[in-house]
Amino acid sequence: MSNKAYMVPNPPTPNKAVAFNPDICIGCNKCVDICPGDVMMPNPEKKKQPIVVYPEECWYCGGCVEECPRPGAITMLHPTQQRISVNWKRKDTGELFRLGMKNPPPPNTRPPSGE
Amino acid sequence: MSTWHEYVQKTGKVPEWPYPVNYGKMNEVVSDVLVIGGGVAGLQAAINAARLGAKVAVLERGHAKRSGSGGAGVDHWHGAVTNPCSKVTPEMYTNACYDSMQGWTGGHVRYIITTEGWDTLLDCERMGIQIRDVKDEFKGAIFRDEQTKLMFAYDYANKHILRVWGYNIKPKLYEEAKRLGVNIQNRMMPTSLLTAGGKQGERVVGATAVNTHTGEFYVFKSKATVISTGGAGRLFVFAPEITASGTMADINSAGVGQALGWNAGAEFVCMEGSGPGGLIGFGYAPYSMGNASNTYHGAPIVDADGKELPWVDVFGRELKTAEDRFFPHEGQQFQLGIGIGISRTNQEFRLNDIPPNIVDRIRSGEFKLPLYADLTRLSEAERRCLFGMMVGNEGKTRIPIYDTMTRAGFDPDKDLFQTPVMPIEGYFNACYWAGGPNTPPTIRSLSGGGFLTDWNLRTNLEGLYIGAGSTIFGGGCHGESHTTGRYAGRHAAMYAKTAPEPAIDQKQVDAERESAYNATRQSKEGNGWKEINAAIARIMRDYCGRHKNETTLNLGLRLLNELKTTELASAYASNPHELGRLLECHALISVGELVMKASLERKASNSILDFHRLDYPQMDPPAWNKLLPIRQENNKTKVRDLPLDFHLKAPYASTYDENYKKHSGI
Repeated sequence: MSNKAYMVPNPPTPNKAVAFNPDICIGCNKCVDICPGDVMMPNPEKKKQPIVVYPEECWYCGGCVEECPRPGAITMLHPTQQRISVNWKRKDTGELFRLGMKNPPPPNTRPPSGE
Repeated sequence: MSTWHEYVQKTGKVPEWPYPVNYGKMNEVVSDVLVIGGGVAGLQAAINAARLGAKVAVLERGHAKRSGSGGAGVDHWHGAVTNPCSKVTPEMYTNACYDSMQGWTGGHVRYIITTEGWDTLLDCERMGIQIRDVKDEFKGAIFRDEQTKLMFAYDYANKHILRVWGYNIKPKLYEEAKRLGVNIQNRMMPTSLLTAGGKQGERVVGATAVNTHTGEFYVFKSKATVISTGGAGRLFVFAPEITASGTMADINSAGVGQALGWNAGAEFVCMEGSGPGGLIGFGYAPYSMGNASNTYHGAPIVDADGKELPWVDVFGRELKTAEDRFFPHEGQQFQLGIGIGISRTNQEFRLNDIPPNIVDRIRSGEFKLPLYADLTRLSEAERRCLFGMMVGNEGKTRIPIYDTMTRAGFDPDKDLFQTPVMPIEGYFNACYWAGGPNTPPTIRSLSGGGFLTDWNLRTNLEGLYIGAGSTIFGGGCHGESHTTGRYAGRHAAMYAKTAPEPAIDQKQVDAERESAYNATRQSKEGNGWKEINAAIARIMRDYCGRHKNETTLNLGLRLLNELKTTELASAYASNPHELGRLLECHALISVGELVMKASLERKASNSILDFHRLDYPQMDPPAWNKLLPIRQENNKTKVRDLPLDFHLKAPYASTYDENYKKHSGI
């Protein structure tokens, strides 16, 4: 915890739109280059992950994720109000799941058709 | 660290703009054909013009590799009626659209789309888009043709709507355009069409634009121009904090192409038409909720206790099996998908559906909320096709839905996918993710109107062609954007072959350059673009909503002008991105003016256009059964009358086939 505080505007809504994993991202900025809305900008520090500047202008096309050469470096995050809405129920057991839950079930690894 | 907030708090510094800024620095791009808008329509226009030997430039707002409403993918292609399996002809399809709209759609554009839609798709296949089940994943399925390996959607009997694996359609078009040497200029915010002598109504000879990374100024000089821009999603509502993830049009949808055309003197029709803003983004992330419409057509819906909702045919007869949902039944010739812009009035050719009385049956307690999509009740092939193939390829679904949900553990073989819980009127339409009742009733969206074009898809302005799904009168969905783009690009290139060299009016360029940078010269106290956009949307909702009269429309026009000359004139842009967004606000005001002026000219109410004049309440009086092409000349509004079937009247031939053969350029 730090007592250093800044006078900054409220975090925008949605907060992020996308999140970077700094251990995987190599700062190539391919996602920055193709984003239709200029949601992200290059990091002033070379080879570092981009900075999300305009998250409210994201339309959640996922193009940045498709463009990324390093799987896992960038994750598209639906706004929390959308994530909280995506719910499903296991037919046999009645268990309830939702996008973004704390202890999610194991991933369904089946790729989309055509792959 | 991912966000600006994190960066600032970690470093204690506000990062400088990452691109070199040179406001006003002149650049010139010369081409035979200029395409404004690098979405799927624009790249098709560019590719097809380049194939005819034209030197082509594309002016793109984002980055053409993945931009545009169609840039996020496609899973089904309407109107591919000339595919070898189809039982529908271009004439049948065109008449179905035209008759459903009682004539209020461009029949010639629909005919061009259906005549060339399949050829366009074959072009896409040659570029590397998968349009057939080449891996035999669905061998033996009822929606697949074993010989051609084509797969059909919605109407398995007539086979005119094809399922396609189009998640990568935009990168493939982009590669092809680059291969052909198309000069793609990304991050361009266009500010004007250049015309001969700088006059409205004269030949179009190029455009001006500002680069939203560098702030530099661009003059595009071209013999022919194609406008391929998208809709004006930010006109009636501006709340991206809520709507951006739910919309099917990205934030660049500011009606820029319409504004360019209107200010240059191009003619428009039916801009007074609008509809409820159901898909405007107040719902849920597209396709992220259980539903049974469009891409999810045919999905079994069950209630909270697992009781299945019925499906009915177009005559209200209950269907017995899940398979029945994909066939027309006795008395219905064929079916049209939704998404092609006519579903509001399309009765005869409607898809099978969950009956509208489901609302009353939920109210009465027969079905208990929440509802779920239970894909386990489908056959394995149908389930895999719906979630693995269509949801894996539709716009905004590959990463946002398929990847995101499967990583989170969703399994369509095991799980019930919950639909939104909303006021029960919302269940009237099985496209539940659109969340109809969540959208305020004051919000409208433009519907059906656009540039008026001839059989060459040329506007009234020499040198200006239109290829686009939503901004052309008679357009439609994703495939329609490709096909009109392809046709318009071809015609623009043919015109450019013999067209005289474009002469740019230096005075027009100088004036554009002066006004484009106004927001960089204002006091930092000035408003920002979001504040202005929200005000524009407020004026449109209040003064151009569902009910209008002469006085409210004139008040609305006055307020748009007030905003333009006061708050917008003094607005401040702190970087080229904000400058681009403020220039979009100018475009939005132009489109707002166009819509209000078109609304003033129609002195009658009209049911197809969902147009309600309180001062002319009589609905559909026969004397007003006509188009009212509207344009500007010397900044004055000019309107004329045009019959709805103008495309089959002199100077044109009386049949679709004859006109197409004469004009297609093939």
